[in-house]
Amino acid sequence: MIAIYLLFILILAIVVGFELIRKVPSTLHTPLMSGSNAISGITLIGALSLSGGEHSQFATWLGFAAVALATINVVGGYLVTDRMLAMFKKR
Amino acid sequence: MQDYNVLINFVYVVSAVLFIFGLKLLSHPATARKGNLLSALGMFVAVIVTLLDKNILSFELILAGIVVGSAIGVFTAKKIEMTAMPELVSLFNGIGGLASLAVAYATIVSAEQINVFILTVSVLALLIGAITFSGSVIAWAKLSERMIGRPIVFKGQVVFNAALIVAIVALSVLVVIQPSVATWHIVLIALALLMGVMFVLPIGGADMPVVISLLNSYSGLAACAAGFALENNLLIVAGSLVGASGIILTNIMCKAMNRSLINVLTSGFQAVITSDVKIEGEIKPLTPEDAFYVLEAAQSVLVIPGYGMAVAQAQHVMKELQELLEKNGAEMAYAIHPVAGRMPGHMNVLLAEADVSYEQLFEMDEINARIDTFDVAIVIGANDVVNPAARELPGSPIYGMPVINADLAKNVFVLKRGMAAGFAGIENPLFFKQNTRMIFGDAKETLGNLVRQFSS
Repeated sequence: MIAIYLLFILILAIVVGFELIRKVPSTLHTPLMSGSNAISGITLIGALSLSGGEHSQFATWLGFAAVALATINVVGGYLVTDRMLAMFKKR
Repeated sequence: MQDYNVLINFVYVVSAVLFIFGLKLLSHPATARKGNLLSALGMFVAVIVTLLDKNILSFELILAGIVVGSAIGVFTAKKIEMTAMPELVSLFNGIGGLASLAVAYATIVSAEQINVFILTVSVLALLIGAITFSGSVIAWAKLSERMIGRPIVFKGQVVFNAALIVAIVALSVLVVIQPSVATWHIVLIALALLMGVMFVLPIGGADMPVVISLLNSYSGLAACAAGFALENNLLIVAGSLVGASGIILTNIMCKAMNRSLINVLTSGFQAVITSDVKIEGEIKPLTPEDAFYVLEAAQSVLVIPGYGMAVAQAQHVMKELQELLEKNGAEMAYAIHPVAGRMPGHMNVLLAEADVSYEQLFEMDEINARIDTFDVAIVIGANDVVNPAARELPGSPIYGMPVINADLAKNVFVLKRGMAAGFAGIENPLFFKQNTRMIFGDAKETLGNLVRQFSS
């Protein structure tokens, strides 16, 4: 049953995603990519419990690696997107 | 210890809403920065509230991971040159894939009793993550010219790839049936990594916008699959938003090249199309001095940039020339083809960096409708995206691709290093047109020369 429930969320999110992103102008496609890159760093919240939980040592280290990698994505992604968007100016 | 499960999931809903509104604000350059901030806020609250999870017992490793990751993230985001943005984005795609791979792998090895569904989605996340990672690394190497940009193919590659896919599917089934055999995990990851490499190798530099978009989508889908494995709603929502974004961009890029995704991904394997169409006419070179006189008299000037502008770093000097031309009374506009450059929106970012107003950047269709009103069209380092063969030569390999009709402007100046054909190796009849003049040399120097003549 949980699979169906998760699938439900998946479908709705995809529909919302398509509707929203279709409206992004081509001028902003690069910031869109780097910004969505940052969002895909959401894996971080999954990595947190693996890294801090009571698992085998190997799993814990994998969790640690995932935390570090996903943080690069999140921090780097949002910062570089902000840097780019700050340059888009109207005169 | 209290169970904060309800609170955590409530905040996840808030985060999802913030992501969605963040993307919504990205629909206009004026609000986009605020949108990015909202999205970052969504991420921040999600991370903070996750730390309340009762399964998290020690924080030392988490803290260490976050510190290391933040330091690297801040450093790259601050240091990176705007021209290197395609490389950075593909590298970030790869890192995202690797993170999902690690999460999925940890899920598989850590669970004592794991059901088939979770195992299946974990393996899926593992595969997508691995393919995204190694594919992105190859894309990064190609974009940053650490590796040769043209398609790399070898004999029997198609058969090899087919065998690889069969092996991956078979091994995935084995891992799901007997998750405790560690060797199979390693072999499966190795094969998936190899798959990612094989997937990007046969793709050439000009098709990179498609590959980056596709890998962007994969990095989202990997997070999404990891979300299924961890039964985490927010991972699914955020992952599918990214997945949708990548797929839309991939689709836009393919349409702009009048090709299907399959065609782009397999084009390295297809025989090189040679066209025996002969182009009549002669090349008419022009010195920057003569070009100056034409520009001085021009009422309206259109600039069509391509990857060559990024290579020559000519965007800043172009902006200088733009200001001088405007002072001289000319109307200025920029026409941007969707696949100009090496990633979606590449030219727009470079011009924004040079302080060109986004209101002067026009899409192909807008500009084509009124291109015949421009006195001069300056083509800077673009070739295939202004090739009139796409419109008038049915035998040409790019026939049917939507292009910017530069040849319909009253005068066309093509800034070009030499007479080599474009990336696709297709002759460009634009260079032979009556109203076209070629200004040979480095684009940055040529534009600098024009700026000096205007200033004196």
